[in-house]
Amino acid sequence: MKHKRLDLSYSQLRWETVFKRILWIMSAILLVLVIGILATLIVQSMPSIKSLGIKFLWGKIWDPVNNIYGAYPFLIGTILTSFTALIISIPFSYAIAIYLGEYNPKGWLSNLLKNTIELIAAVPSVIYGFWGLSVLVPIIRVFEAKIGVAPYGVGVFTSSLVLAVMIIPYAASLGTSLIRMVPSPLKEGAYALGATRFEVIRSVILPYTRSGLFAGILLSLGRALGETMAVAMLIGNTSAIAHSIKDAFFGPGNTMASVIANEFTEADHTVYLSALIELGLVLFVVTVIINLIGKKIIMSYTNN
Amino acid sequence: MKVLKSLQFAVVALAANCLALSASAQDNTLLGAGSTFVYPLFSKIFAEYGKTHDVKVNYQSIGSGGGILQLTNKTVDFGGSDAPLNAEQAKKIGAPVLHIPMASGAVVITYNIPGFNGALKLTGKDLADIYLGKITNWNNPEIAAANKGVKLPDVPIVVVHRSDGSGTSFIFTDYLTKVNEEWAKKVGKASAVNWPAGLGGKGNEGVAGLVKQTPGAIGYNELAYAIQNKMPYASVQNKSGKFITPTLATTTASSNVELPPNAEVSLTNTDNPKGYPITSFTWALIYKDQKYSDRSAARAKMLLQLMWYNIHEGQKNCEPLNYAPLSKSALKVAEKLLKSATYGGKAIL
Repeated sequence: MKHKRLDLSYSQLRWETVFKRILWIMSAILLVLVIGILATLIVQSMPSIKSLGIKFLWGKIWDPVNNIYGAYPFLIGTILTSFTALIISIPFSYAIAIYLGEYNPKGWLSNLLKNTIELIAAVPSVIYGFWGLSVLVPIIRVFEAKIGVAPYGVGVFTSSLVLAVMIIPYAASLGTSLIRMVPSPLKEGAYALGATRFEVIRSVILPYTRSGLFAGILLSLGRALGETMAVAMLIGNTSAIAHSIKDAFFGPGNTMASVIANEFTEADHTVYLSALIELGLVLFVVTVIINLIGKKIIMSYTNN
Repeated sequence: MKVLKSLQFAVVALAANCLALSASAQDNTLLGAGSTFVYPLFSKIFAEYGKTHDVKVNYQSIGSGGGILQLTNKTVDFGGSDAPLNAEQAKKIGAPVLHIPMASGAVVITYNIPGFNGALKLTGKDLADIYLGKITNWNNPEIAAANKGVKLPDVPIVVVHRSDGSGTSFIFTDYLTKVNEEWAKKVGKASAVNWPAGLGGKGNEGVAGLVKQTPGAIGYNELAYAIQNKMPYASVQNKSGKFITPTLATTTASSNVELPPNAEVSLTNTDNPKGYPITSFTWALIYKDQKYSDRSAARAKMLLQLMWYNIHEGQKNCEPLNYAPLSKSALKVAEKLLKSATYGGKAIL
């Protein structure tokens, strides 16, 4: 009996090591992949870095004919569209998460809603772009004519709206799962003390899931920063800088991802191609910085 | 264990099969890559050619720039391009490359002016001024001067251009550079430029969509695209002062002029009084000396025969697909170019 037990533990032990190695290799591959991407971006953008230097970051002109490249308009466009989209999407994703997590966690309606929201994430982005162009743009145009800005229809605002719809599922799904995982004794305790449902949500569920909900938002933001096709179709693609805040918000703009998608195939000289790759590098760095800030915020929440 | 064995066997057999297939396919398959503009025409011509000859052509429409890159890397037999090689590309490719005209295409000015159903006329200078953002309303006296007898409404102009790098933009900006000094100085010509005004639409369909939807919009599209989508397009004044409506005939006419022997020529602002001024060839690019890498003489001959077919019998496929066939002088130049191709110093055709 004792002997057999030992046998078993040998094989158990072996599997333990093999399993650990598999995990280790998988994570190492991912790490190498990310570092590889970063290295490629840096190497390939060398010609552009050499010829343009650091002023690439705040240069306002993007002129492939004269080989002058500045990322500033696209940097602003990327950040403006992503954060606008995020702000629009937060009330929806929170409401969905609370409803599906707390009010209606079971039953056909809940399943239907959850599946529908997951479907939103599964729709290809080119479909969103097409829908935006043929349905949303004419509506926005009428709206813009009413508030007295140039009625282009396409622009930063339109792409932010579509982006908002696209990123809702990420925060909503994560939020729903987290809210469902709040231990019932906590909630029951609050109810027993006479709290209403709203009070339970406000003072038990939300504080308990705060860092998780924020992580969901960060996930949404990452998606918004990198989204390419739908934005390229809807943003109006101009690198001119808007003169007023109203124009910057409702007028056409451009994002880093959409410029790369638009111009990469026909970039026909070295510095041009390299400037586009450097734009990718900037996008990479911006995403990393935003993620780090987000992580910091989550950490400080959890410590409290 | 038995299952595993038979599985292994199946995999090996499959792999062997694939290898055999690809080897035999390579012998009679020519590879091409490049221009998306010419893709529908090429696929039709190559399909017809395949019916009578034992040759298959695999053409990938990845864009002119991509096609040139593939040719530089010698991974294809020919490239398709809507613009001649630029200095940097020519330097990189390192060997003489022949530009064989395959057909020509026109870029037309599409518009959406509310309450105006007539045919719009534009001069090249006004067109450039619109795209420079200097003319901003349809009732501008400059536009009115070209459109005597019709009244254009007081509607602001919304300029629409391509947002993606494209041959269409190259042809359009090449034309504006020739007819407007300020444009030449400030903007210049390229497949993507620093547009001084307006909105960018992605692809022909993006520009067309914005023009159709936006009251007061002006844009530019390939002639074939505008015809297929029944969009109104403007007559443009050519060098001789005539307003020419873009059609296949006026597009062909634009290349019926004295051409340089290498055919690397911009057709915009043509000297032909019957020609529409915003047109261009689309070229097939091949190495002048076909003996490179481990190419066989037979393969070189197969490629040249295909090109010869393209500029002769193949031309009958142009008009049904809304491409302008080669003009007489273009055909002459193309024939000479093909005859100048060599294999190890010896003429092929």
